[in-house]
Amino acid sequence: MFKIVRREEMAQGTVILNEIEAPLIAKKANPGQFVILKAHEDGERIPLTMADTDPEKGTITIIYMVVGKSTAHFRDLAVGDAYQDVIGPLGKATHIENVGKVVCVGGGTGVAVLHPITRAMKAAGNDVTCIIGARTKELLILEEQMKSASHDLRICTDDGSYGRKGFVTEALKEVLDDETVNQVVAIGPVPMMKFVSKLTKEYKVPTMVSLNPIMVDGTGMCGGCRVTVGNKTRFACVDGPEFDGHLVDYDELMLRLQAYGKEEKECYEEYCTLRDA
Amino acid sequence: MAKRPGQKEKTPRQAMPEQPADVRKHNFEEVPTGYTIELAQAEASRCLQCKKPSCVAGCPVSVDIPGFISLITMGDFTGAIRNLWSKNALPAVCGRVCPQEIQCEGRCILARKGEAVAVGNLERFAADYERAYGSGALPPKAPATGKRVAVVGSGPSGLTVAGDLIAKGHEVTILEAFHKPGGVLVYGIPEFRLPKEIVAQEVNFLERQGVNLECNQVVGRTMTLDELFEQNFDAVYLGVGAGLPRFMNIPGENLIGILSANEYLTRANLMKAYKYPEVDTPIPIGKSVCVLGAGNVAMDAARTAMRLGADNVRIVYRRSEDEMPARKAEIHHAREEGIEFHLLTNPINYIGDEIGRLTGMECLKMELGEPDESGRRRPVPIEGSAFLIACDLVIVAVGSGANPLLTQSTPDLTLNQWGYISADPETGKTTKRGVWAGGDIVTGAATVILAMGAGRKAADSIHDYLTWGW
Ligand SMILES: Cc1cc2nc3c(=O)[nH]c(=O)nc-3n(C[C@H](O)[C@H](O)[C@H](O)COP(=O)(O)OP(=O)(O)OC[C@H]3O[C@@H](n4cnc5c(N)ncnc54)[C@H](O)[C@@H]3O)c2cc1C
Ligand SMILES: Cc1cc2nc3c(=O)[nH]c(=O)nc-3n(C[C@H](O)[C@H](O)[C@H](O)COP(=O)(O)OP(=O)(O)OC[C@H]3O[C@@H](n4cnc5c(N)ncnc54)[C@H](O)[C@@H]3O)c2cc1C
Ligand code: SF4
Ligand code: SF4
Ligand code: FES
Repeated sequence: MFKIVRREEMAQGTVILNEIEAPLIAKKANPGQFVILKAHEDGERIPLTMADTDPEKGTITIIYMVVGKSTAHFRDLAVGDAYQDVIGPLGKATHIENVGKVVCVGGGTGVAVLHPITRAMKAAGNDVTCIIGARTKELLILEEQMKSASHDLRICTDDGSYGRKGFVTEALKEVLDDETVNQVVAIGPVPMMKFVSKLTKEYKVPTMVSLNPIMVDGTGMCGGCRVTVGNKTRFACVDGPEFDGHLVDYDELMLRLQAYGKEEKECYEEYCTLRDA
Repeated sequence: MAKRPGQKEKTPRQAMPEQPADVRKHNFEEVPTGYTIELAQAEASRCLQCKKPSCVAGCPVSVDIPGFISLITMGDFTGAIRNLWSKNALPAVCGRVCPQEIQCEGRCILARKGEAVAVGNLERFAADYERAYGSGALPPKAPATGKRVAVVGSGPSGLTVAGDLIAKGHEVTILEAFHKPGGVLVYGIPEFRLPKEIVAQEVNFLERQGVNLECNQVVGRTMTLDELFEQNFDAVYLGVGAGLPRFMNIPGENLIGILSANEYLTRANLMKAYKYPEVDTPIPIGKSVCVLGAGNVAMDAARTAMRLGADNVRIVYRRSEDEMPARKAEIHHAREEGIEFHLLTNPINYIGDEIGRLTGMECLKMELGEPDESGRRRPVPIEGSAFLIACDLVIVAVGSGANPLLTQSTPDLTLNQWGYISADPETGKTTKRGVWAGGDIVTGAATVILAMGAGRKAADSIHDYLTWGW
């Protein structure tokens, strides 16, 4: 059992943070890696990136958006409750190197995934600009943490309620026009990563994205997580989750994420009805 | 051992009672329901108790077949299971899943003229009887040696190694990547063929003997192989199976509705998705389903799809009936349940709609040409024979390969050209000191009993090493 030692709500309760006891994983994890969690006996195996780890304390931190039945169930776990299974660290760690100027772009809960990478990029000696976005001010997460993880933080909201109005791609374009950028890291909703990659391709700036296809085992044995990168099929759980953003087939990924759309919507609604009853 | 005179065959082979096809194709309960004592003894009495039993030569672990069968005829079921255990740690499993027709039963003297003794059914009977009525007493255990062994993977080969070494007095820890132990026995082979309860009991039996089981441990990720030695393990056995799914590499393969058999069966078995939405993991429900391949994996996937409510399920296979690698019993059961067989048919292209969902599969008709390296006649496409099969779910069961997760993080382990671990076939020793390997990760996808046989040899060799040195 993997006990929850800290729990926070963010973005008006739509995003939840759990710090979990998992000493072996905490010792071994690197930025960019994920875990698979299962709450109870009949639970689903859900992949979530580690937003932080504390090897001394033996804990890992996950930050997730409540989108369906399993994440709704996770939300109901209190401090002192436990996940039945946590498996990891899975996936390849981010390649961290001093390349000079790095721009980290995050949207939605992607910011949580981006945080440890940003911090590591800064620690490696890069000059790091960070651009984070959300639909509206209340949904923005980890502002303080991202500020200290980077040299320069820029914030965008779709509705202009905070920071500059507009998409992260617009803020990114400004940076690309002003400075020489050696590397972009973009993590967020698939359309965001798609448009960031489109833009950086024009500027010929290497871009890394982190993909989140549907997974089962997370160890390369089911092939459910397959994505097309550079016209080749890759398994995101072992070959990724990070890939060269310029080569990813985002349209296919978006379609594949809907594979269980209908079943899951029904299941979620039923869960919410039961829970609220 | 009781000697019986060369009795003439009078009693016919006793069929095991089973659920009728039109009932069982809608449920996940086990298909054959087991012998009664009367049936078992009637069947056992057919065995001629050959002095040079050819059946034993057909069994990869040399089960003393006439021996355990004669104990059944005498009504000594406890003696029968003890006899079985001395060669085979998982008789309840092997009795159900061994391809008997090409092993023990295939070599039975009676098979030459008529029907072989139902060795598998009798083995299952003895094991089931013990589970139901046995004392559950633990086998004797040698005094503690203080040596520690890590077994990576809890499939049949890992379980065998663990059982053998705990009995020899060593401390054994099983490290399993999944959240449940059993390997293919729990994630691959469906409930209706091998109830998960049986596997759970076998694992529990090992735990009661003192085996330490740790799930959720992905060796190569959670810890490396070398770190196991740093944690003071004296020897490591790798029984990680051949879990890498193979796809056909044809256009449209990433459409929604095309899954590897590994994914489909893992959802259905390990995650119990056939109970969705009672459990949280969904599984795609196909109305018109095609399964590519004709091995045990394909039969399991096809029969699962049927049980999940498909209107029609087709096995699509590029060779002919004679080359189908599945156990005969599975092919027979599948046919009875209404699975259609489209043989000499090879898919070349998938077709989908505008939202990326599979709607059909383009195939070519094949004919058999010259024999290939495997000695089987090579299927060659017939010109201009392309045709379309409409379907909304395709399950790809065309074989599996070696998962590189562990081996990639262990560069000093020698692999063969296909990525399987090189190990001595007699001892299971790898090229890395203190490391043994066996089962599917050495041989490529094979059978439960071969994986167990490899485990037993390796356990003997590990014991020698822990006693005498490398
Ligand atoms: C490697 C990896 C790392 C991830 N890290 C994080 C993270 O740090 N924080 C976070 O909030 N989420 C993360 N995700 C996404 C997270 O796994 C999904 O949101 C979760 O599985 C949804 O489960 P559910 O049962 O609650 O929702 P479901 O009922 O399964 O799905 C609800 C909706 O989300 C869509 N969906 C299903 N699976 C995914 C998926 N894997 N990704 C995106 N959408 C999906 C469905 O199509 C559906 O519309 C990650 C995914 C991967 C593969
Ligand atoms: C669907 C299906 C049906 C089959 N039907 C039959 C049949 O009827 N009769 C028959 O004889 N054979 C059958 N087989 C084949 C048989 O199941 C296998 O040959 C046998 O299970 C191999 O045993 P194993 O112990 O080598 O590996 P597996 O059973 O594959 O077990 C390997 C275990 O290792 C774990 N593992 C992998 N990597 C790691 C890691 N890095 N760290 C920790 N753990 C890890 C896996 O999760 C798994 O639990 C079937 C196979 C399948 C897939
Ligand atoms: S272990 Fe398998 S091959 Fe050997 S006797 Fe039993 S059923 Fe036959
Ligand atoms: S060959 Fe057949 S008849 Fe002879 S001992 Fe074996 S099972 Fe009995
Ligand atoms: S999640 Fe199964 S192969 Fe990647």
